[in-house]
Amino acid sequence: MIYEYYKPTRLLEATELFRSKQVEGGKPLYFGGGTEIITLFRLQEISLDTAIDIKAIDAVRIHDMVEGYFAIGAAVTLTEIQTKNQFPLLTEVAKEVADRTARNKITLGGNICGNIFYREAVLPLLLSDSLIVTARGKDINMNQLTSKFNEKMLLDDGEIFVQAFIEEKYLHAPYIARKKRQQWDTGYPLITAAALKIDNHIRLAFSGLCAFPFRSKQMEAVLNETGLSEEEKLNRAIAAVPGEILDDVEGSKEYRLFVLRNLLEEILVSLERV
Amino acid sequence: MHIPAKKTQIKLFVNGEEKQVAVIPNKILLMVLREDLHLTGSKPGCLNGDCGACTVLVDNEPMKSCLMLAVEAIDKEVVTVEGLFEAPIQKAFIEQFAFQCGYCTPGFIINAHALTKIPNADKEMIREWLSSNICRCTSYEEIEHAVLEAMGKLNK
Repeated sequence: MIYEYYKPTRLLEATELFRSKQVEGGKPLYFGGGTEIITLFRLQEISLDTAIDIKAIDAVRIHDMVEGYFAIGAAVTLTEIQTKNQFPLLTEVAKEVADRTARNKITLGGNICGNIFYREAVLPLLLSDSLIVTARGKDINMNQLTSKFNEKMLLDDGEIFVQAFIEEKYLHAPYIARKKRQQWDTGYPLITAAALKIDNHIRLAFSGLCAFPFRSKQMEAVLNETGLSEEEKLNRAIAAVPGEILDDVEGSKEYRLFVLRNLLEEILVSLERV
Repeated sequence: MHIPAKKTQIKLFVNGEEKQVAVIPNKILLMVLREDLHLTGSKPGCLNGDCGACTVLVDNEPMKSCLMLAVEAIDKEVVTVEGLFEAPIQKAFIEQFAFQCGYCTPGFIINAHALTKIPNADKEMIREWLSSNICRCTSYEEIEHAVLEAMGKLNK
């Protein structure tokens, strides 16, 4: 099926276009980097009749400090995040997604809102109490990311992720990010872990461990508890993983648990005393 | 900009020339380059963004042309391997025997050509960039040497 292509320059133009195409009975999609859409379309796993390319809209391209917050638009590419490096934890996680050339096209919004369940770029945003701006028709809303993200982005029909805002205090907090693969330095992840220490408290988020990315306050509580031996912390944190551990071609459940234990140990060693 | 769901005439800037092509909006750049402009240097490999054989420059940045719609390239400058004229990286590939079957070579050359424009690129950056391309004849060592030679950084 051939679809039509629009490249609006204003956010309202894009959201209204989406709405009008839906009213006509169409299946529009917002198109950022488009890498996943092009792939899924080629595999005939998605159908659409209108691609709304958002890359010419200034609001989704913002990438700067704004009144004490780091503002980043949904259409900023992962390479741009790495080059500008305003939020080192986000850089560290983003630069491990796909490969360098692919990251020239993959966008923050595309990674977070995509169908591929890794969505690693959301981990630093979950750890930093990010706010996100979304738009639908004429409505523009700002919410805590946690109210719009639970395993995946919870967007209403026609709603678009526009920007994320991260408070300055999180940008240079101590952190560690690790991506473990089955082998070598490229390919799909086994587990991606991100941790950040703020207000003397270690925060944890994972992708690739379960079938969805998550931040776990239960695991954090155990890891931050005083009076427990390291062994007890690791055992209890692993027991608090909030979902079924993946068991797939990238790695068995047992192997993932083994890797998780090592990652938690590394996080403790790196962040406990900073 | 609006491109309707039918064959539509668009203007692309490829290898320094303005080209008129009639495309449907969901046609990927790689196929427009190969089928409509007969620039067959960019290769279809995986068509999935994994192998890098289709890499072209878009506004001087390497892009996998299998993951880009041709309409996304409107108002941008596209350079394929045919657009390089005796670039240092091409000579270095020959000097270092940096290919065997040659299928992946145009993608590697385009990616490496962009890389050689970054004066402070170190070994880590070179490896990071080159990991975007796959060579099944495993000439990786020689390809890295070619990049270093083109940058004047190869210790002989």
